[in-house]
Amino acid sequence: MEADGARILSREVAVLGVGMHPWGKWGRNFVEYGVHAARKALEDAGVAWQDVQFISGAATMRCGYPGYVAGATFAQALGWQGAQVNTSYAACASGSQALAAARAQILSGGCDVALVVGADTTPKGFLAPAAGYRPEDPDWVRFYMGITNPTYFALYARRRMDLYGASVDDFTAVKLKNAAHGAENPNARYRKRFTAEEVNASAMVADPLRLLHVCATSDGGAAIVLSSLEYARRRGSAAPRIAAISTVTPRFASTEVEMPDIATDSAAAAGGHSFRASLAAKAYEEAGIGPEDLSLAEVYDLAASMELDWYEYIGLCRSGEAEGLLRSGATRIGGRIPVNASGGLACFGEAVPAQALAQVCELVWQLRGQAGARQVQGARVGITANQGLFGHGSAVLVKR
Amino acid sequence: MSNAVVAAIDGWYTLDDPPQLIGSRCLSCGTYFFPRQGSFCRNPACAGTSFEDVKLSRTGRIWSYTNACYQPPPPFVAPDPFRPFAIAAVELAAERMIVLGQVAAGFDVGDLRVGMDMELVLEPLHSEDGKDKVIWKWKPMGRAS
Repeated sequence: MEADGARILSREVAVLGVGMHPWGKWGRNFVEYGVHAARKALEDAGVAWQDVQFISGAATMRCGYPGYVAGATFAQALGWQGAQVNTSYAACASGSQALAAARAQILSGGCDVALVVGADTTPKGFLAPAAGYRPEDPDWVRFYMGITNPTYFALYARRRMDLYGASVDDFTAVKLKNAAHGAENPNARYRKRFTAEEVNASAMVADPLRLLHVCATSDGGAAIVLSSLEYARRRGSAAPRIAAISTVTPRFASTEVEMPDIATDSAAAAGGHSFRASLAAKAYEEAGIGPEDLSLAEVYDLAASMELDWYEYIGLCRSGEAEGLLRSGATRIGGRIPVNASGGLACFGEAVPAQALAQVCELVWQLRGQAGARQVQGARVGITANQGLFGHGSAVLVKR
Repeated sequence: MSNAVVAAIDGWYTLDDPPQLIGSRCLSCGTYFFPRQGSFCRNPACAGTSFEDVKLSRTGRIWSYTNACYQPPPPFVAPDPFRPFAIAAVELAAERMIVLGQVAAGFDVGDLRVGMDMELVLEPLHSEDGKDKVIWKWKPMGRAS
């Protein structure tokens, strides 16, 4: 087993430092947030920018035009210093893919220290597709038919209600829990502790979801300094380690209704698979860690109801049992398995290329015991999970 | 006089009464596709490149449902004033596929339930140049609007 142990160990990398620019609606260029977060992470790591050998940027489509390719843009803003550079686009999982690129570079011996940065400035109003008559683009088709992002969130929510007996009160309870967590997070955009009355009085967006059940879009930046275990050891650092990064695609036929598609795959010939369950499963398999080993989880609550879906997809409970787990108090800080101790998307709003990195930042602070009033006591292992457009998603396992 | 009727999206459904969605089916493995797939099969176990057009089942069961209370952005063409509408995701048994669509006028979420039988109808999505641009919608089986 020693050989196996050594092989598993060699696939890990150390997190030397993390940093963020607070989430908000600041209206400035995304590069500012990225540089701010990067400098925080470098300071946290005690690593000089000039010593970084690989810079990996997480991009959005909006940032992906010439002059705004994330990796090179951040490298230039921090000051060209000859590092190798990478840019990753994977929708909501862009940050995890950029992290995976840095990890691969370290594990292959290509570098000792890497910096991963994601930042976004979200446009005002709806995210709408390009104009014209373009039925070949599923995103155009669904908007033409009046199907927006909250439509999909509400379809998942309503299914839980009709199948598993979830109630709107459960969704509101998730929002209140995450608001209470986020109230203690200086990087969160929304730090107000809501009441059920306030949530239930907010405007209906897509029945059964109200405005305060659905996350906003935000500006923000997050950065992570990674190194080889050997490099961390030489510095005498007992840094948290990345134990697994899963960025798998769905498997055909993917049977869940997925934004922005108007229809699912047909499982008539190939049989069906759950994409979201496969994301965490791959991470667990890679790390030799199971859901029973977790101290906490950061999951993608685009809507409060979707946090319940994730309880099941990451294996905290079986299908249909998420409401029971929530009601037991297990997923609150102080409970058995706190979920979204950071406050989650409910308190951050989504800054797409920064969000998956922000989830990892929270795990690192928690595993180091530096999360202040939102600290999960004795945190040793955490998982992130997220999912976005075009078959992208991720799960990252961090351990102490 | 009623408006002339044209498809809002050409070639995705028949304009017959009753209408049907037009998908395609891989001649090698039998997998269905909607919208149509004509060049390569997306089943990883199949290298098929030949397809036949097929009319999809025009009835199915509700997988889930919701509504749109806020006016969606363009290219959606909103009536003035905007009227909320229901949306259903309906599972077709033979195709083992879920297809989204607006719910026929006159029905809201209170009329719907997971597992309910639905049928395909055509209704205007919006009007343009004196023509009704029709789209598929899901309607509770055997219910008058």
